Amino acid sequence: MSESLKLQVDSRDGLAVIYTEGYINNQGGEEIARTAYQLIDDGHKVLLLNLGGTKIVNSIGISILIEIIEKMLEIDGKLAFCCLTPTIEKTFHIMGLAQYAGIFEDEPQAETALASG
Amino acid sequence: MAGEAILREVQLTLPMAPDMEIAASKTATAMAELMSMSPDKIDEVRMAVVEACINAIEHSRAEDRKVHLTFEVLGDVASQPQTLRITVRDAGVGFAPDQVEEPSIEEKLTADRKRGWGLKIIHGLMDRVEIDSGVSGTSIVMTKARG
Repeated sequence: MSESLKLQVDSRDGLAVIYTEGYINNQGGEEIARTAYQLIDDGHKVLLLNLGGTKIVNSIGISILIEIIEKMLEIDGKLAFCCLTPTIEKTFHIMGLAQYAGIFEDEPQAETALASG
Repeated sequence: MAGEAILREVQLTLPMAPDMEIAASKTATAMAELMSMSPDKIDEVRMAVVEACINAIEHSRAEDRKVHLTFEVLGDVASQPQTLRITVRDAGVGFAPDQVEEPSIEEKLTADRKRGWGLKIIHGLMDRVEIDSGVSGTSIVMTKARG
């Protein structure tokens, strides 16, 4: 029954993109956080989470994403999301995440917005 | 919803074990598809069911360690199904819904505990939510219209 999350990372031009595939629950959120904190330790201050391969999340997983947002605010960095399902996007708006992290339809839109500051 | 008949009913009992909320969400999906709900609405129902199950698993302290779900398709027998009603019940210690503080992102960003979003998400995704909680357990009744 376990729905494990798979992650891939692509770094380019100062931007690190984390691609997710699968369920973002407690374990999945922790896995994303570990990856994000490693990227921050490596000097990245702009992170994009591409959730195109994630169709379901839960609030525990999202709570861990809030920890990453907090960390990015602390280092004056930026975190954004793209390729969300309508329900995940709606949930992020219900929770207010959109006030602190950009939400973009696709990766090119996110890259343009993040590059322009 | 008033006066609607129960056209189809499925009951499911799940152990409070990792990822069991996904099993519940799959049943919700099947019932919503049965009544031709739109994909976006089905996703919203799935997520609400996941959150309701997680609340029961995380907070109920139910001795039987089980979550009981009832999925009901409601409507007029002479027409298409109109409403999906899902009840998520546990036999835990209960809580006072009116004393649950609504979370805010501003507060959570600086708080040590960033969790506590489940009820807010459920209310935001479903059309109607009723919570009945007491010393013998909690039931959350959530409804979503097809159209």
